[in-house]
Amino acid sequence: MGKTLSEKVWDEHVVRSAQGEPDLLFIDLHLIHEVTSPQAFDGLRLAGRKVRRPDLTLATEDHNVPTLDWDKPIADPVSKTQVDTLRRNADEFGVRLHPLGDIEQGIVHVVGPQLGLTQPGMTIVCGDSHTSTHGAFGAIAFGIGTSEVEHVLATQTLMQAKPKTMAVTINGSLPEGVTAKDMVLTLITHTGTGGGQGYIVEYRGQAIEELSMEGRMTVCNMSIEWGAKAGLIAPDQTTFDYIEGKPEAPTGADWDAAVAHWKTLVTDEDAQFDKEIVLDASTMTPFVTWGTNPGQGVPLGGNVPDPESFEEEQDRVGAENALKYMGLEAGTPMREVHVDTVFVGSCTNGRIEDLRLAAEIIKGHKVAEGTRLLVVPGSVRVRMQAETEGLHEVFIEAGAEWRGAGCSMCLGMNPDQLTPGERSASTSNRNFEGRQGKGGRTHLVSIPVAAATAVRGTLSSPADLTELTTV
Amino acid sequence: MDKFTTHTGVAVPLKRSNVDTDQIIPAVYLKRVTRTGFEDGLFAAWRNDPEFVLNRPEYAEASVLVAGPDFGTGSSREHAVWALQNYGFKAVISSRFADIFRGNSGKAGLLAAQVDEKVVQKIWDHLDEHPGATVTVDLESRTVRAGEGPDAIEDSFDIDDYTRYRLLNGLDDIGITLTNEADITTYEAQRPSWKPATL
Ligand code: SF4
Repeated sequence: MGKTLSEKVWDEHVVRSAQGEPDLLFIDLHLIHEVTSPQAFDGLRLAGRKVRRPDLTLATEDHNVPTLDWDKPIADPVSKTQVDTLRRNADEFGVRLHPLGDIEQGIVHVVGPQLGLTQPGMTIVCGDSHTSTHGAFGAIAFGIGTSEVEHVLATQTLMQAKPKTMAVTINGSLPEGVTAKDMVLTLITHTGTGGGQGYIVEYRGQAIEELSMEGRMTVCNMSIEWGAKAGLIAPDQTTFDYIEGKPEAPTGADWDAAVAHWKTLVTDEDAQFDKEIVLDASTMTPFVTWGTNPGQGVPLGGNVPDPESFEEEQDRVGAENALKYMGLEAGTPMREVHVDTVFVGSCTNGRIEDLRLAAEIIKGHKVAEGTRLLVVPGSVRVRMQAETEGLHEVFIEAGAEWRGAGCSMCLGMNPDQLTPGERSASTSNRNFEGRQGKGGRTHLVSIPVAAATAVRGTLSSPADLTELTTV
Repeated sequence: MDKFTTHTGVAVPLKRSNVDTDQIIPAVYLKRVTRTGFEDGLFAAWRNDPEFVLNRPEYAEASVLVAGPDFGTGSSREHAVWALQNYGFKAVISSRFADIFRGNSGKAGLLAAQVDEKVVQKIWDHLDEHPGATVTVDLESRTVRAGEGPDAIEDSFDIDDYTRYRLLNGLDDIGITLTNEADITTYEAQRPSWKPATL
């Protein structure tokens, strides 16, 4: 019997397997940041151990760094300690670090791909749950905890039980104006937040093949939000074209050898998945969340649901609690929900393509009175590319705040936070209670919805803006 | 990780059940970037009370904690184990441990010795009579011992074979993996040269 893509990649990385024990997997790339690594390094130090493969390790500062005044000392003492500690550890253990102020600094999941370090067929781990992003290249990529970070640092391997496999096939083409983000939000509402538990998911089908690498990263990024261990997409010409010429991409004969191997990384015709889901992209529409988990979503054209409409008791209670926290009335059209802050950024939607799309929609408009728009590039490179293209001027002219690179309001560990009761439309990936600041209310949205919402002040799509200009 | 064969130390009675990880170390103490120093947060809420058992001079050198049932429930934070170890504890005796706490303990080298509820009571009684007395936790023979003469306590404790093996040999997860280091080296030697590197 043939193998699925994920089984092929997995099997290529098994260092040791024994009956009744998890496999020992080799890790090709270990990404590090300031929040989950300090105790892992300290553990090495206490045990007198070294980093086994500093040449397969990369560190960047992203989770709690400020996006304003980044050339000044970090004001928050805990953040400052974490960042200083990362710098000391990287120095002591010989790990390459892109610190604040460096041109390659940025969100770890934006930096890996843009350096060309993320390649098909790799195993990639990081002490961050959205490591699944890298699966867009046909890699097995997943988040790990601090003690596992220490294990990978010391051994370049991880003990892992082989997950089950699932195929998510998305047929048809996305309609104009509907994005990868809408696709994945639709999927999560369809499966629920636990639907992927225990699986490595392969996304496939025409709609997936038609996505750009950025779009594929958005989809894989949110695999974790429906519980999957990892999500991946078979590499194809789109993948190769994206990688070619990147700073760490193979060149010459190495490139040819690499591509020849990458082309074998597809699920065999006769391979079997443990589970399959099929969706149709052509019926998808802009999609937004109304609740406090990413599976609580509706089409933008829909209404805040009535908790009574849920069959399961658990969903009903969940919806009631969510509406209370979100300050929403059942039946309210989503388009009438007023938004205080729009956040464009994060490892889900903070890449250059995302900023281009946002600028294209905002151009010629102003941010609505009573709403603020925060644009946070995923990395310094993205920021510089955007400035080269003049995108920052579009944002600034519209009245937006143009910031430095980092995770920022995605998780509110730096000063970019919502205040209690403040409502956001956010291009990030989590709408949990308090995720973007204590008491903050988050609606997850796509880039076009974020941009249009900033202009109208209520949840909107670009189609609403055309009406605005013609009226 | 240090090998654990047998330990004899001052035992302290913690006469409470359901001691959860928030009580072992409250969240506000988790900001540290090291693996050490968490002793200052250990049982923080209770240590404000001068009468709290750990504040009594006879227990200043305590290294064995004898607690009520359901010790270590709550969150999965490994800091709870670190805090106990940083304070100087080598072993915790209880009639029931939360699974995650027991797992974290084994990985970090803290012995979680599960005994019958009656044994906990006997040790508590013994410590009440002789504050500052020592208790021996012998991992090789899986026994706890306290006192002397006719009143001496000796009973067995439960620990799974695998955790016992790891503790006896001082093997943490990394140590276990490194017993197969030759396999890693072999694997590394056959990786294709075009795979990316950061340095
Ligand atoms: S942007 Fe958000 S999800 Fe992505 S790495 Fe940063 S905190 Fe995690």
